[in-house]
Amino acid sequence: MSNMNYTIETVALAVGAFLALLGVAFAQDSQFAAHMWVLFFALFAGAVLLVRRANFAPASPAQKALRQSEYFDEVVKYGVIATVFWGVVGFLVGVVVALQLAFPDLNIEPYLNFGRTRPLHTSAVIFAFGGNALIATSFYVVQRTSRARLFGGNLGWFVFWGYQLFILMAATGYLLGITQSREYAEPEWYVDIWLTLVWVAYLVVFLGTILRRKEPHIYVANWFYLAFIVTIAMLHVVNNLAIPVSFLGVKSYSAFSGVQDALTQWWYGHNAVGFFLTAGFLGMMYYFIPKQVNRPVYSYRLSIIHFWALIFMYIWAGPHHLHYTALPDWAQTLGMVFSIMLWMPSWGGMINGLMTLSGAWDKIRTDPIVRMMVIAVAFYGMATFEGPMMSVKAVNSLSHYTDWTIGHVHSGALGWNGMITFGAIYFLVPKLWNRNRLYSLQLVNWHFWLATLGIVVYAAVMWVAGVQQGLMWREYDDQGFLVYSFAESVAAMFPYYVLRAVGGGMFLLGALIMAYNVTMTILGYERRENVPGATPAAALQPAE
Amino acid sequence: MADKHIDEISGVETTGHEWDGIRELNNPMPRWWVWTFYATIVWAIGYTILYPAWPMVTQATKGVLNYSSRAELAGELDGARIAQGEILEKVSKVSLEEILADPQLAQYATAGGASAFRVNCVQCHGTGAAGGQGYPNLNDDDWLWGGDINAIYHTIAHGVRDRVDEDSRFSEMPAYADILQPEEVRQVAAYVVSLSGTPRDPAMVEPGMQIFADNCAACHGENAEGNREFGAPNLADAIWLKVNGEAEIARQVQQPRHGMMPAWSARLSNETVKQLAVYVHSLGGGE
Repeated sequence: MSNMNYTIETVALAVGAFLALLGVAFAQDSQFAAHMWVLFFALFAGAVLLVRRANFAPASPAQKALRQSEYFDEVVKYGVIATVFWGVVGFLVGVVVALQLAFPDLNIEPYLNFGRTRPLHTSAVIFAFGGNALIATSFYVVQRTSRARLFGGNLGWFVFWGYQLFILMAATGYLLGITQSREYAEPEWYVDIWLTLVWVAYLVVFLGTILRRKEPHIYVANWFYLAFIVTIAMLHVVNNLAIPVSFLGVKSYSAFSGVQDALTQWWYGHNAVGFFLTAGFLGMMYYFIPKQVNRPVYSYRLSIIHFWALIFMYIWAGPHHLHYTALPDWAQTLGMVFSIMLWMPSWGGMINGLMTLSGAWDKIRTDPIVRMMVIAVAFYGMATFEGPMMSVKAVNSLSHYTDWTIGHVHSGALGWNGMITFGAIYFLVPKLWNRNRLYSLQLVNWHFWLATLGIVVYAAVMWVAGVQQGLMWREYDDQGFLVYSFAESVAAMFPYYVLRAVGGGMFLLGALIMAYNVTMTILGYERRENVPGATPAAALQPAE
Repeated sequence: MADKHIDEISGVETTGHEWDGIRELNNPMPRWWVWTFYATIVWAIGYTILYPAWPMVTQATKGVLNYSSRAELAGELDGARIAQGEILEKVSKVSLEEILADPQLAQYATAGGASAFRVNCVQCHGTGAAGGQGYPNLNDDDWLWGGDINAIYHTIAHGVRDRVDEDSRFSEMPAYADILQPEEVRQVAAYVVSLSGTPRDPAMVEPGMQIFADNCAACHGENAEGNREFGAPNLADAIWLKVNGEAEIARQVQQPRHGMMPAWSARLSNETVKQLAVYVHSLGGGE
């Protein structure tokens, strides 16, 4: 019996499931009871799966030693699949939410109201899709650039499955109406505590691997990943400080109130963008672009300076979300000037990414994966110029509260985070599953064009919509009276909202093509096609 | 790994490190990047000297421009008030009839009323003031409580069936479910529909006419022309506020529903209510 594997894990899941049942029995409110049922079924299913996989044969010392000498890639494979899965889910919910805004009748009470589907969309794309992409790629990158197996053994599995449980509890919570109403931090206190545990484990695994590295120096991608993990831990803990009403109920009250609460929330909210969606994904870029184009990183010095400048500046920029509010003027000023100073540190990453292609520019023509990564960096550059511009108070007085902000976020999220992740997935899948190549590069090309055009439609439409909204709200007639009612500005958005759904639909279609391509590659198929750039060398005759 | 290495394609030296095949070129930072970065820092320092910025022990630096967003807003509001001051004072002093008689005042009050209408009234009456089921159309000349300027003003200021306002318009139609037999209700509904030109079975209409005279004419009038004293609607003009078709008329007779409009004098300034009255009066049905 002592050789049975998964003993501790199975017991932990079973105990957790039992505790969840107790939570159901003694719940203070019906929402907590419903949420604990969800938890119970998830943990119970996990325990049953583990029992079915139990293996009583003792592993030989040689097998164990062999396992310890290899990279721990199984968890990365699961992470890649989870990334593709949650990406499709998140984009799908995004299209639904877009259609709900255009056609309010699609709000289905109570579970599929916009108020519940909107956080479902944002959390699914940021935390489920983006988070899984970051965890999976960081586990892959840190092992290879440290030449060391992932630290902590099965702790890597705990990080992966613990994170999926967080996603499940967050998503089902939103649909049940459980929220603490903090944007991008909607899960209630008990789900927050769980994420904290998972995140600390993530930090231990990542940092442990770096500490046991066999390279003298730490690669730049790992600086960014580490900054992301450490800062997100700090932001998450501080922003979610709250007192639960009952230990067996969903409701909690924030430790902050009034304008302090707003400032804490946007200190968190903006740095979630800065450290989750910027620093973490820059880590991804710094590994996958040099690998895919097979060129050295453009400038080591630039990477050092822009890293530290980015880390130092970003943390101050949050108050620009609270221009012209009760927030004191001095805090608004600092939020704005730090955002302006952030422009070049952000662009340092773009320069290093793009210039890494010098000597290999032709690959943009021949390799659709490189093209994807380059467009990602281009959107990154655009969004990190637009952001500082929108933080200027004069611009913000027009753009704030309008759909311009939504357009800005999506040119960053779809263009930068989405595209660089797609590029990384296309790089990883053949390597992880030991295939010669992807099932189809032509499908990658289709994905590229659908996604790019989808983003262009989305962002352009939202720019026009946002500027029009802002102008309508501030339009006075010559006698000093407002010209439009708010309802009229809402009605004017209808064609834009429909077009936005079309752009999002194209992006979703591209992701579905990726899911198909990835699945076929994993299953071991290769589509017969002319691989771009792999024209037979014999056909080319040098011009004399 | 620490050996320097020259990248063949660019001819640039690398740092000598290598991770999983990735090297780093020892390129300098682009000059334009460095100088733009410096420029933003200089600009930021300059801005924080001009505007409130650095938190000190008890308060933050005020900046040499002595700017405050509250003062800026107060200044803008004062400016708007001064720009409208004279004419707004006239609106507040003179009577509603005098506003209508003065083209300049009437134009101003109509524009101001339209603006206030968009914020406060469109939720029920619609952006074009065309109303909807249960919410009166304000463009026609079918008035429940009166369509002259003073009656409109009274309705807006005190509302309809708003119990917090003593002067609110108030009336209530009894529920005839307890008084009339279902067949009688159907007959009176048929009669009411026939009044606005829809032919109905005389066998229904004739008894309906008698029931109407006995029960309804007291408020709605002998010819069903309505009575503004009680806010009793005109039932002969084919304009229906709450009902759509004969079956719904019958239901309204049995269990009447009553609309409610808030008293706006408690929420808006008197000048604004006056301007709203002028605007609604101007929509087409003003008397």
